[in-house]
Amino acid sequence: MLKSLYPVYVIAHREIRDQFRDWRIVFPIIILTILFPFLMNYTAQEMLGFVSKYGGEIVGERLIPFLLMIVGFFPSSFSLIIALETFVGEKERGSIEPLLSTPLEDWQLYLGKLSSAVVPPLFGSFLGMTVYLTGLAIGRAPLPDGEMMALIILLTIVQAVMMVSGAVVVSCQATSVRAANLLSSFIIIPVTLLIQGESMLMFWGNYGTLWMAFFGVILLTFLLMRMGLAYFRREELLGREIDVLNLRWGWMTFWQAFTGGAKNVWQWYRRVIPKTLAALRLPFVIVFLMGAAGVAIGFSLVRQFPIIAPPEMFTNLEERLGLLTEAFKPGTFGPVLMVFGNNLRVMALALLLGIFSFAVLGVLPIIVTLAVVGYILGILGLNGLPAGAFFAGLILPHAWLEIPAALLATAAVLRSGALLATPAQGKKIGQVWLESVAVWAQMMIGIVIPALFIAAMIEVWITPHLASLILR
Amino acid sequence: MIWAEDLTKVFDDFTAVNSVHLDVQPGQVLVLLGPNGAGKTTTVRMLTSILIPTRGQAKVAGYDVVTHPDKVRASVGVLTEHHGLYSRLSAIEYLEFYARLYGMDASIRLPRINNMLEQFGLAEARNRRCGQFSKGMRQKLALARALLHEPPVLLLDEPTSAMDPESAFMVRNAIRSMRSTHRTIVLCTHNLTEAEDLADQIAIIQRGRIIFNDTSANLKRRLLGAPEYEARLAGVVNGWEPTNIPGVSIVQRASDVLRFRVEDPQSANPLLLEQMIAHRLPIVSFQEVHRSLEDAYLEAVRQAAAEVPHA
Repeated sequence: MLKSLYPVYVIAHREIRDQFRDWRIVFPIIILTILFPFLMNYTAQEMLGFVSKYGGEIVGERLIPFLLMIVGFFPSSFSLIIALETFVGEKERGSIEPLLSTPLEDWQLYLGKLSSAVVPPLFGSFLGMTVYLTGLAIGRAPLPDGEMMALIILLTIVQAVMMVSGAVVVSCQATSVRAANLLSSFIIIPVTLLIQGESMLMFWGNYGTLWMAFFGVILLTFLLMRMGLAYFRREELLGREIDVLNLRWGWMTFWQAFTGGAKNVWQWYRRVIPKTLAALRLPFVIVFLMGAAGVAIGFSLVRQFPIIAPPEMFTNLEERLGLLTEAFKPGTFGPVLMVFGNNLRVMALALLLGIFSFAVLGVLPIIVTLAVVGYILGILGLNGLPAGAFFAGLILPHAWLEIPAALLATAAVLRSGALLATPAQGKKIGQVWLESVAVWAQMMIGIVIPALFIAAMIEVWITPHLASLILR
Repeated sequence: MIWAEDLTKVFDDFTAVNSVHLDVQPGQVLVLLGPNGAGKTTTVRMLTSILIPTRGQAKVAGYDVVTHPDKVRASVGVLTEHHGLYSRLSAIEYLEFYARLYGMDASIRLPRINNMLEQFGLAEARNRRCGQFSKGMRQKLALARALLHEPPVLLLDEPTSAMDPESAFMVRNAIRSMRSTHRTIVLCTHNLTEAEDLADQIAIIQRGRIIFNDTSANLKRRLLGAPEYEARLAGVVNGWEPTNIPGVSIVQRASDVLRFRVEDPQSANPLLLEQMIAHRLPIVSFQEVHRSLEDAYLEAVRQAAAEVPHA
């Protein structure tokens, strides 16, 4: 084991030596490590004094860990730049090929470069954090508690690894640093959003949610590393380039995967769709279990966030439902299209979120929707109302079609994330992605969209009538 | 040795290398000739186990390029199109880095590095950073790196490009000496004089296909016809013509020069000279007319282009 790690050390050692000889890397790291923490320290002290004048000490207290995170994040953000330079820069200068001609295993090269891109910026981060905390201690400002500090340190490490892992994926696809920098917005934008979310959680002071965010980031990092390892192959590094966008090839790849070789719609429905459904069995089961967990979570949240509704809210139900049935007369397509459009939008959102997160965020819409259903049913029960009857009358008539369709679309998103993180021999990332989007499109066009449209018609034209019958 | 059969590489909808066959024995130099983008680099990358062939098989130093890539890479020294130097490392640091990657023992690492630096005239620049090297020095250092682990197979892409004549001569000598130590060498070059000088086999590759693979002499013969010989005479030639020598014809006749095309010089030339002497022709010199590899190469490319149907 140690012997196989030796080349990793050799690669990392050279890279780090190279970085420390480049003033363009060393100079900003020194500034961010030594000078920036002093500035943050000053800001923290001033803010503490300022907000305490108006009785807002809590704002100051929450600001201190937030600034600690920022002090740690800035030098660690260098890992992205270093990683892009390390991977694509080497490709651009042509020095990667001699390296790939050595007996190194792909994973050794990957790990060596990954660690060299992570270690120096993290060293800078910890040094900066130490300077910042020392300044606070000298100024007798309140220090963040141990749990918060541990969380910030862990988040800093994981985020640096995540950025580098993302950079590797980007680097595999680019042949120039310029192209990689352009593609790196796929990393910078989600990380910026993540930092914003973490900042909010820090000001909220909810450790539990922050820990959940931490584990979420770990999961994403793991998937990115897996994807990086899957695509950090010699073949991928030297045989692929996307600097020239081949739209024709992209369309052909998508179309072939979408049609699955079927010559007509009948053949497509008879041969291709069942095959895709079979491939989606496992993701469907996983999404189903996640959905069930969503319902359970929603139900359990009733205890944490109980709502006791005023009794008048549940009176005249029959009359209200009557208004609904009058408004949504069978044959009126406006409300149907509204419901259908909304559902479609959620499915598209799931795909969009899934693209940036290996489907981790792509499953959120369905989980959240079902959690809301669970929560509402729980609240109804809490208010002494027949939750079962409400479910049977207001949800079930259309949900029997709507929920499986949504689960199926989400399963396709989940599968696309899983495929991206899995080595696909002889296939490039774009190809895998296009094929998995084609599978999603197959499900959407073949099953989900028709099912959602029928469900919308049921929801508008039939559900209110059934509800008024059941809840009478 | 290097052996390849039906070696093919397809990128998306583009066939970079198409059904290449190779057989290079130890102590032989194969020169790959072809225009830019013909598939030379892709072929070399497949032989280095960097790219996986789409179809076909190849063995390098006895190892299959697909099933034993690590062993193939350990047996191959590669000089790539780009030098692949690290500008902030010194020459000695650069070679040491690669020596470690090739798993060379610490006891032999430094003597070997020093030896290579000496051999390529870089000993005095050992502690200078590669970024300060001239093009030729970089090329020599890259070549030193390729030879560092004493590989039995060498794949060299343009080894003398950007070198001054003296350095190029030194490198060619190094290649000859490696050939004499039974190393198998594949050389990609655009320098046809160098190719002719070093090659045991010349393979002309175009649009991913090897269109000719033979010795330099046979290539010329196949592409430019039978060899020609020129007799320079002291006086004016009368209407003499060779008689009863199969495969000999006069292709040029001037006042004091006769040029013959000879299908089989081994058997025909003694007879030809015999007849000329018998007819008391005042022969000053009799020698083969030099035909360059460049002519043969251009002819090959022309023929290949003519064979491709126009769209």
